[in-house]
Amino acid sequence: MSEAVPALSPEQMRSLLQTMYRIRAFEEKVDELFMRGEVHGTTHLSIGEEATAAGALQALRPDDYITSTHRGHGHCISKGADLKLMMAELLGKETGYCRGRGGSMHIADVASGNLGANGVVGGGIPIATGVGLSIKMQGLDRVCLCFFGDGAANEGTFHESLNLASIWDLPVIFLCENNQYGMSMAVRKAMRCETIAQRAVAYGIPGERVDGNDVFAVYEAVSRAAARARSGQGPTLIEAVTYRYKGHSKSDQNRYRTRDEIRAWQERDPIKRLTAYLREHSLMTQEEIEREEAAAYQAIEEAYQFALASPEPDPDSLLEGVYA
Amino acid sequence: MSGPSSLPTTVAAGTPQQAEAAQSQVQEMTYAEAIREALREEMRRDPRVFLMGEDIGIYGGAFGVTYGLIDEFGEERVRDTPISEAALAGCAIGAALTGMRPVAEFQFSDFMAIGMDQIVNQGAKLRFMFGGKAQVPVVFRAPLGSGTGAAAQHSQSLEAWFAHVPGLKVVLPSTPADVKGLLLSAIRDPNPVIFLEHKLLYRYKGPVPRGEWTIPIGQAEVKRPGKDLTIIALSIMVPRALAVAARLAEEGIEAEVVDPRTLRPLDEETLIASARKTGRVLIVHEAVLTGGFGGEIAARIASSEAFYYLDAPILRLGGAETPIPYNRTLERRATPQEEDIYQAARRLLQRRPL
Repeated sequence: MSEAVPALSPEQMRSLLQTMYRIRAFEEKVDELFMRGEVHGTTHLSIGEEATAAGALQALRPDDYITSTHRGHGHCISKGADLKLMMAELLGKETGYCRGRGGSMHIADVASGNLGANGVVGGGIPIATGVGLSIKMQGLDRVCLCFFGDGAANEGTFHESLNLASIWDLPVIFLCENNQYGMSMAVRKAMRCETIAQRAVAYGIPGERVDGNDVFAVYEAVSRAAARARSGQGPTLIEAVTYRYKGHSKSDQNRYRTRDEIRAWQERDPIKRLTAYLREHSLMTQEEIEREEAAAYQAIEEAYQFALASPEPDPDSLLEGVYA
Repeated sequence: MSGPSSLPTTVAAGTPQQAEAAQSQVQEMTYAEAIREALREEMRRDPRVFLMGEDIGIYGGAFGVTYGLIDEFGEERVRDTPISEAALAGCAIGAALTGMRPVAEFQFSDFMAIGMDQIVNQGAKLRFMFGGKAQVPVVFRAPLGSGTGAAAQHSQSLEAWFAHVPGLKVVLPSTPADVKGLLLSAIRDPNPVIFLEHKLLYRYKGPVPRGEWTIPIGQAEVKRPGKDLTIIALSIMVPRALAVAARLAEEGIEAEVVDPRTLRPLDEETLIASARKTGRVLIVHEAVLTGGFGGEIAARIASSEAFYYLDAPILRLGGAETPIPYNRTLERRATPQEEDIYQAARRLLQRRPL
């Protein structure tokens, strides 16, 4: 963990832990539901990446915007989403955030500033840039946090958008969750440059690489970027280095990496690191930590029960929502 | 080049009150000026409206459409972008999603291919994917079509691509009055609208009502009434079809010319009614025939009650199955010209009733 004492109150740290446990519990439940065939389609789990989502959103205000990715459950939970409406969406229910039309890859809650997960790698980056433009033109004191992965950093939209946000000084935080693989393609094979953060130089903006499994480091980097954005100094590129324990999606056989590699990253587990910090600094007892963990699993179970009991969409409502 | 003098001087859409009000303030202007006027009026009316695109500021756009607007509205609202079509499209979508009303100009509609993911996978679908809880009020304007010697990458007519995507609206105005009325409606529409302007039409002149003048999206118009055959024409083919109709009239044949004006949503009622009335239908567009929107129109008519009134098979005229060539003669050969439409109409009239 960061050596410096983070500018977070004990309550905020407990809130971070709660969020991270909720993400993990949510993802584990979804994994189980897919395995049991209770939900269809595909899903992309962010187990192991909880610190990035939780730390980043802790640094923002409730009225700030985010754009998310196909691996977006953690972003959504960290933005304060209702777990029941999320789970209902994954089960395709009418009560879900998107009335069952979007599913795992398109969960959004526009009213709360969550402008949606995205099924296209890099698809959200120009949209976040446009949100930044909208904020600036309306003179709002907001920022837009744009999540994307290492894979998206090789999409044209990444380059076009960072350039545009830079020349217009847009209040956008480009947060790359580098989880080491774009599906099976290792970052070291997908790009010659050493880091993704260094690409910021090409657009004349600050680029920073942080330990994405250190929730405080992520929080601090995003806080700096948000302050910069709010003061009219434009966008920042942050690369949070992290790792996904599970496969890319449910079809993944993990042929491209070793068990040892996964185990090594699990040693640096973001939740373990946060709980160790909280114990060491006497901010929470082991018992309190376990209560927090149990509460998260309980909340997910309740969300699942809500989703199960929710109605399916009416087939006759198929065409609703295509046009306003 | 200026438009044929046979262009109708009435502007038939809108309420009688609108038409009456409009008649007192009608002004002759070009298609490009009518677009500029619509943009100017809507930017004055609604502070959320802004323009973005390549070279639309001081340069005035590749076809001069936005010329001078930067002087009135400044570079914040007439926003030059780098040559980044994917970012242009996505940025407009993001701004629209969060309370603005962007009008994004692509320098050529061919370049919309570069922004296609944003238009088709994002803008068109966000509202639906989000359970109807979002709006994307964005207009993507772009010039289409051949006739300027710009060759294969600057001359296509790709309207059918967009018309194939639920969530998008697709508009192809053919007259100065229509382009103003439809553009105002497009900007006020809460959905993404693909607004395609034929580059040869920019210099066509016609009467345009000043001030508030809107035409509903999804409303076709009979540009010239007739009883002997129907010519359904898109975009630049409308003035060409009207010229052919005038020629046929001298020969005692009354051709009805119908302009769908919007492909999605399509006003099939007007098209079917005309087909039913005349019993002979010629559909003409510049886009390549295979997969062209004419096929959709033909199918709608053939599967309607108009089928029983048809005296001949529906005839389609479209672009040749080739990229648009550079050479002037080849370029003209690649897309329907007046003479082609005339000959096709003649062929259609010679067919015996089924």
